[in-house]
Amino acid sequence: MALLTLMAAVTIGVVRLRNLFAVVILGSIYSFLMASVLIVLDAVDVAMTEASVGAGISTVLMLGTLYLTKTEEAAPKHSPVLPLFVAVVTASVLIYGTLDLPRFGEPNTAVHQNVAPRYLSKSIEETTVPNVVTSVLASYRGFDTLGETTVIFTAGIGVLLLLKGRRKKAENKTGDNA
Amino acid sequence: MQLLEQIVAHYNHWITIFLMVSGLYIVIARGNMVKKLVGLSLFQTSVYLLYISPGKILGGTAPILDDKFTVYSNPLPHVLILTAIVVGVATLALGLALVIRINEAFGTIEEDELFGEQEEN
Repeated sequence: MALLTLMAAVTIGVVRLRNLFAVVILGSIYSFLMASVLIVLDAVDVAMTEASVGAGISTVLMLGTLYLTKTEEAAPKHSPVLPLFVAVVTASVLIYGTLDLPRFGEPNTAVHQNVAPRYLSKSIEETTVPNVVTSVLASYRGFDTLGETTVIFTAGIGVLLLLKGRRKKAENKTGDNA
Repeated sequence: MQLLEQIVAHYNHWITIFLMVSGLYIVIARGNMVKKLVGLSLFQTSVYLLYISPGKILGGTAPILDDKFTVYSNPLPHVLILTAIVVGVATLALGLALVIRINEAFGTIEEDELFGEQEEN
């Protein structure tokens, strides 16, 4: 609970700060907090991924972008009333919805009834992998993972195509100067 | 007393919602594109929490099978969110590449200045 509160505090910092460098570093701290929360919630594999990808790679990508652009955000020109109103209304509707959700940590909810017990009981027998997350990811839901790699491949190609024109332009510029 | 009980039972949901609407607020209210992407990833991480926290069972352990334990948390949300994290960083990389290209073409990453430029032309 303390960790969750800390995360909320970091989020307020992210919303309020205008120095983008500070925002990116706070985002990294936020990801580490999220990883700790995930460990508490028994999601160790997800926590490892979040710590390396969220706190590591994302931060590096963001810092690289800041290096190529600007680190200071312009002062907002529009009044924040309308976005704030939208956010508050959305939040209140969602909170009203949570009152019907099952309490935190209960074992008899719908989430735990259907396919999850089957994975837990048959994993060793069918895949011989003791880590159920691995067996579901690579075996039972292998097609999901295939789709995921397709998405990453497409994104990689997109990034390369977008940044390729840039390199050519830079070369032309240096050519002109010489 | 009942209110306190409600808070303990739903604290995870409420923090999730807070993170979600903060992300939404940043995306709507802020004009800087890097900040918008930070807001999007805030929104996205709140969804991780939304999925993982119902999978937790109090007194359960991580879903790695062992003779010593009998109660495990639900492994299925973990798998879904592993996929979501990796896809998230891929889309973030694509977004940042777009920001770099926009900065090159227009010399700014502020939405207001971009729209202003268009009107002048």
